[in-house]
Amino acid sequence: MGTIVEEILSRASGAKAEARHIVDAKIDYVMVNDITGLPAFEVFDEIGRPVWDKERVVLVPDHYVPAKDVKSAEQAKAMREFAKRNGIKNYFEVGNNGVCHQVMMEQGFVAPGRVIVGADSHTCSYGALGAFSTGIGSTEAAVVFASGRLWFKVPETFNFKVDGLLKPNCMGKDLMLKIIGDVSVSGCLYKSMEFSGKAIDALSLADRFSMCNMVIEAGGKCGFMPPDRKVDEYLKGRVVGGYSKVYPTEPNYEKERHYDASEIVPMVSAPHSPDNVKPAAEVSVEIDQAYLGSCTNGRIEDLRIAAKVLKGKKVHSGVRLIVVPASKSVYEQALAEGLLKVFLDSGAFISGWTCGACLGGYMGVLAEGEVCVSSTNRNFIGRMGHPKSSVYLASPATVAASAVAGRISEAEL
Amino acid sequence: MRVWHFGDNVDTDQIIPAKYLVTADNKELGSHAFELVRPEFAKEARQGDVIVAGSNFGCGSSREHAVRAFLGLGIKYVVARSFARIFYRNCINLGLLCIECDVGGDEKELDIDYENGKIVGKKEYSFPPPPDFIKRIIADGGIVEHLRRNNV
Repeated sequence: MGTIVEEILSRASGAKAEARHIVDAKIDYVMVNDITGLPAFEVFDEIGRPVWDKERVVLVPDHYVPAKDVKSAEQAKAMREFAKRNGIKNYFEVGNNGVCHQVMMEQGFVAPGRVIVGADSHTCSYGALGAFSTGIGSTEAAVVFASGRLWFKVPETFNFKVDGLLKPNCMGKDLMLKIIGDVSVSGCLYKSMEFSGKAIDALSLADRFSMCNMVIEAGGKCGFMPPDRKVDEYLKGRVVGGYSKVYPTEPNYEKERHYDASEIVPMVSAPHSPDNVKPAAEVSVEIDQAYLGSCTNGRIEDLRIAAKVLKGKKVHSGVRLIVVPASKSVYEQALAEGLLKVFLDSGAFISGWTCGACLGGYMGVLAEGEVCVSSTNRNFIGRMGHPKSSVYLASPATVAASAVAGRISEAEL
Repeated sequence: MRVWHFGDNVDTDQIIPAKYLVTADNKELGSHAFELVRPEFAKEARQGDVIVAGSNFGCGSSREHAVRAFLGLGIKYVVARSFARIFYRNCINLGLLCIECDVGGDEKELDIDYENGKIVGKKEYSFPPPPDFIKRIIADGGIVEHLRRNNV
């Protein structure tokens, strides 16, 4: 009996996992990317044990690949060699990869009730499919490579009940930015965030994923949406192994908040904090760049809505629109649906799949004084480039509408 | 021990910008710590210095390079009103001592008694000791040594 996280961690630890207890849990999958992998590989070699389960370690080069410089190339090479040396099958080479969280979901590693850790803070995304997932450090990832287990302090849970339905120009992202603005970047520190209600049931998996992705931006440890028929449909023919769904049973929530989705308007997070949230219509700042991509909003649903906004229109002459599909499969789907043609015709630049400029890596880094509206998750000082550049976080619809208007604008849909 | 003060919500992008995430060498990472927001830090920080901050220290990216950068500079303690959880775990795992305590912004020197949960500067502060489980990992010098010694 308990919240979703208590139920899942009880099952994975064989103990009664109540909030604030520390439990030792069995891990279903552990993932590292190219930048967090390197320290993990060094620590793993230091531990000097074999990999606990070669099928359950997932290696995804995504941040700095295809390599942006020699050091990134060396780092990517370290992952390739680690995979080979340890017989890791689930290594996704450039050309068959994507942003790590998208790959985890597409490959069927994520499923309800599972316990998944990843050396990337946005690992919390998988609660969208009803899994317990959270970000860890590289050293911990190495420990999981060797042992298949990890300790967790069971978090208390805040429940967010969202009734009503979102307006056509609003997405899960707008709802999540609103919530983060209300609770602040430290408002859910150490907590599990459970989302439920009619609005959540109505969301696409992509929108659910983008909301759980940003749980970390409120300080949260994990996020959950009750797994429903849409999850089963997505996993059919995709999931590796079986799964059983877990729901809260007579949960004891530390706090509850209620929202009416119909009152939400397109939102942005203004510089330099994700909780500096304002209605997009009130901001109207001129932009130099619009960025559509990332583990938050680089999925096919995100590209579709952006293409709908951009169809027959041109990107403003003072703006670069950069489109970065979250994975090869998203790229292929966008190609098949003619979305890439819409982007090209509008004057956008289309990149291959990568984390790219989301974290100031490459493929759209900002110069001093430049302003970017971005479908990503963080707008910290210098996050996408120069410390005197500015990032406004927004939904894909708002990013596309702003690219056309040359300033931050709501989409008309 | 000499104190460096920081505010609320210090993110790991500030501690170590993403462009340096191409190495696991603590000293090299340390040479870029807080480079964009406080460039003098990496040059002037000395062995045994203490970081004192507000709430949600180490928020954002899971990059343990942030903890490694502090270790590379010889920082011994991070004291904050609260920590972001991944950073906090990374500290425990790598043996950097992190303490949840609200220390005044005017403290220049601090003596820290980790075992007994006491900090002494101009004022005296106390903090609850971490759970025994975490104490054991720290006593072993981090999670790797803990794993080895206890054959977990």
